Amino acid sequence: MKPPRFAYHRAGTLEEAIELGARFDGSAKFMAGGQSLMPVMSLRMMTAEHVIDISGIAALRECRAAGERELIGAGTTHAMLEDGKVPDPARGYLRHVAAGIGYRSIRNRGTVGGSLAHADPAGDWPSALLALDAVAVIAGPGGERRVPLREFQLGLMETCLAGPELLTGVLVPRLSERARWAYRKFCRKVGEFAHSIGAVVLDPTLRICNVVVGAVGGKPVRLEQTSARIAEGAPRKDPRELAALVAQDLAGATGLDPSSYEFQVHHAIVSRALTQALSA
Amino acid sequence: MSGKPGKGVGARLRRKEDHRHLHGRGEFVGDLRLPGTLEAAFVRSPVAHGVVRGLDIPAEHAASVLTAADFPGVKPIVAVPKVEGFKASEHPALAAGRVRFAGEPIALALAATRAQAEDIAEAVTVEVDELPAVVDMVQALEPGAPLIREEWRDNQFVEKLNEYGDLEWARRNATVTVQREYRMNRQAAVPLEGRAILAAWNERLEELTLYIGSQSPHQLRVGLAHSLGIEERQIRLVTPDMGGGFGAKRVLYPEELIVAAAALKLRRPVRWLEDKREHLLASIHCREHLHRVTAYADARGKLLGLDVEIFVDAGAYSHWPNGPFMEAGMAARNIPGPYVVEHYRCRSHTVATNKSPIGAYRGVARPAACFTIERTIDEIAHAVGREPWEVRLENMVPSSAMPYRNVTRLAFDTGDYAESVRRAAQLIDLEAVRARQKRGEPDGRLIGVGFASFTEQTAHGCGEWVARGVPVIPGYESATARMMTDGSLMLMVGIISHGQGLETTLAQIAHEELGIDPLRISIRHGDTQASPFGMGTFASRSMVMAGGAVAKACRALRAKMAAIAAHLLQCDAAALRFEDCAVHGPGGSLPFAELGRIANLRQEALPPGVDPLLEVTVTYEPAVDTGVFTYATQAAVVAVDPDTGMVELLDYAVVEDCGTVVNPLIVDGQIAGGIAQGIGTALYEEIPYDASGQPLATTLADYLLPGAPEIPAIKIGHLSTPSPHTEYGMKGMGEGGAISPPAAIANAIRDALLGIGGEINETPMTPRRVRAAVARALAARASRPAAEPVHA
Repeated sequence: MKPPRFAYHRAGTLEEAIELGARFDGSAKFMAGGQSLMPVMSLRMMTAEHVIDISGIAALRECRAAGERELIGAGTTHAMLEDGKVPDPARGYLRHVAAGIGYRSIRNRGTVGGSLAHADPAGDWPSALLALDAVAVIAGPGGERRVPLREFQLGLMETCLAGPELLTGVLVPRLSERARWAYRKFCRKVGEFAHSIGAVVLDPTLRICNVVVGAVGGKPVRLEQTSARIAEGAPRKDPRELAALVAQDLAGATGLDPSSYEFQVHHAIVSRALTQALSA
Repeated sequence: MSGKPGKGVGARLRRKEDHRHLHGRGEFVGDLRLPGTLEAAFVRSPVAHGVVRGLDIPAEHAASVLTAADFPGVKPIVAVPKVEGFKASEHPALAAGRVRFAGEPIALALAATRAQAEDIAEAVTVEVDELPAVVDMVQALEPGAPLIREEWRDNQFVEKLNEYGDLEWARRNATVTVQREYRMNRQAAVPLEGRAILAAWNERLEELTLYIGSQSPHQLRVGLAHSLGIEERQIRLVTPDMGGGFGAKRVLYPEELIVAAAALKLRRPVRWLEDKREHLLASIHCREHLHRVTAYADARGKLLGLDVEIFVDAGAYSHWPNGPFMEAGMAARNIPGPYVVEHYRCRSHTVATNKSPIGAYRGVARPAACFTIERTIDEIAHAVGREPWEVRLENMVPSSAMPYRNVTRLAFDTGDYAESVRRAAQLIDLEAVRARQKRGEPDGRLIGVGFASFTEQTAHGCGEWVARGVPVIPGYESATARMMTDGSLMLMVGIISHGQGLETTLAQIAHEELGIDPLRISIRHGDTQASPFGMGTFASRSMVMAGGAVAKACRALRAKMAAIAAHLLQCDAAALRFEDCAVHGPGGSLPFAELGRIANLRQEALPPGVDPLLEVTVTYEPAVDTGVFTYATQAAVVAVDPDTGMVELLDYAVVEDCGTVVNPLIVDGQIAGGIAQGIGTALYEEIPYDASGQPLATTLADYLLPGAPEIPAIKIGHLSTPSPHTEYGMKGMGEGGAISPPAAIANAIRDALLGIGGEINETPMTPRRVRAAVARALAARASRPAAEPVHA
């Protein structure tokens, strides 16, 4: 399980990374923490002639206020969030999600941007940040563009990032005091990729109401009807009514057979996340 | 368990080995550096069953790829146990025609680095005509099933029927009949360090040196010399530090054989380090059993008779030395467990399939046997409406009956089996669990408690192995004790310490006999040149066997030291006292260093007729060859999520008896490690195959191993019934921990689901399977006319 030969480039700046990306367009991969890329390359499930290491770019670890939102640099490691080294504008949500990713050794190196760009549907950040209405900040040879997260991931390990483009960060809202959130996932063991994720963020002040199911199909899915009904205000408390609401939505949103085990697990996890968020 | 004072038998001594490992200074095969070493990768069969028509090797790699044609002198591996009706088979080092499992080695690629070797292996195309694969061990025996070897005429290595007593009587007199099918699915051993070999030809010595991860280097040399076609004197095996084995490093594999052959052919060092993917593909697999059981009991739950059919999926080949027959044989022999059963019939089938060959993993067939009998005992208890732990202990062989020869002629030596159940019930606080169940859980989960007991034959000797029919009889162990001229001590042994702390415990035994500080004792193991022939480490035997040999050697050394000292101190040997590394007589003392100096350097001072040297080589075997029986009861408390099927272990307890404990710290560590692996069998580990024989778990992302967070704090209680047949009363205990967890956890899940009528009889008990069990139970309840009370 060793990767085939590749050329290793270490970019010192964002500009250098984009320049390298453009030069080797089509045969290069950006690598941040390498926690997903290296294993798949070692298994020879993915190859790249050029690997551009972006972990040394200080600008990618910048976290700062950006207007009404907060920018989380793409190079921010899960551990930096877990340890409170960078502020959590989502009132503990980001910190909670970060602390549950993989193992500590993975969290030490793995990054928020790497997880989003890798676009594994069972990864944590694609679901968690979708529920938070995050916006991806993308730099490329032609400048910067911003893409809402619901348009960022196109499918299984597929994003809207074009060749030399680099995800530089995500803009997340500063949740209000009235915000409630819940993030639940189902893993057979600690550190395993999730078999189901239920991510719920509700903030009446900011008009955020997202119920998301992750680790399903090609990419995380917002349960549109459920989210809309919760936004309308009903039902609020009864777990059985909430479970019924989720059940109606889940089959259509995921295409799963309601009698399947997968459906039952997603149903349990999302219903519990929703119940938890509403009772918090 | 608190230890005894001092540094001898019973002391809670920290391991001598820890220092180097904790500082990252261990020396594994992967750490060794020999100039000019070629690293190896294998081209493996992409199909489960087929005929290789040819290999397409790119011209630029032609010199770097070796195939069967390059090794005309290498003989296939053949294991022929002396078991009536057993069908032997040839296991080629590199497959040339027929391939019989996905992952079977076909060619060897060599390069300066492993990554380059993998590039070359990847560039080789195998042209293969695929044949229908044999994947299911029951279907494999049906007429018309594809044949793995046409000359066999079926797919069965061996079939056995054993009948004891009068099963018909048991059937006629039974009030309760329990019928079940129990399945353990296929898994792998997964030691932390994979298999490893570095082979180098030494021109000066005309010797092939093999640095190799092996639990049995002396035995392995026999098989290697035969297949390589060179004399044993020309092969030296050295096992440096080794990160676990668990049975996976006991057999002669094609990969190690061909790497050795390549070093011999090329006269260059060749190394192969197995990665986890290769391990999951092509190292021994284990545990794949199917047991069909009919049990007969009376109205109180007394077991009257057992009728069992066993299927073992043994994979495609017979591993040297033993072949796969022992798996079914051991299951058949151990299903009656620690219980009084007089009427027993067992038919067993050892079946060949297109999968990696099965081997003996920690506990061998005992976890499957334990799963079967312990689940059955619980079902009998439920059928008669009693607490399973009570029915369990009432059926056990009472201590008053010891020594006791059970229905399968196992000679239980000592112990109080029922006491282990009572103590385990206390340790797990059964009453508190029952009270908690009555209260119910706020999150809707269901709580259950389960027990599982076993008695395990350990350190069995010559007669037992002869009776089993194995080709090599590991009935003894050997040791050489050598006192140096400065009074320090070296012990050379044939066992391998690869995580068990035997460098510490064997030194404790020498300390017990001679009083030398364990830090002044070197243990040399794992080197065929350093020690006399020894069998190696497996089958819960090394402490009893090698410990016994060390005790015996030290005593012989002591006798010679006494003879020399008596002469020099002018007194009777009986008047001598050994204390503080010196021999004391009525008129004076001699330090060990002085005795060592005289015996080696000053021959003129020796008594007449006494030879120089303080060096003794002995062999040891326990006083009985039927084994000494270690036993335990384990108890688990689980919380089952009925919606997802997730099982959480809330509590775990074990009460065990391995006789005299040499080092409580190490024994507790072995128990915890064994239970962790048993939890892996119970809840996580599985290699499923698809219909074409492709393994579906070939990385650790698909093959789940329990990690530290999955293992609860384990409560350990000890009983101690020393064996009269071994040194100090020791019994073997390395495997025990791994035997009970599948059964204890399955019984706990059954207890949790009792109220809804659910049960689970297949490992691993994944959330999917547990959820299916819940769904089946709920569907059955819904179809019943009147709802029955739920008390879960």
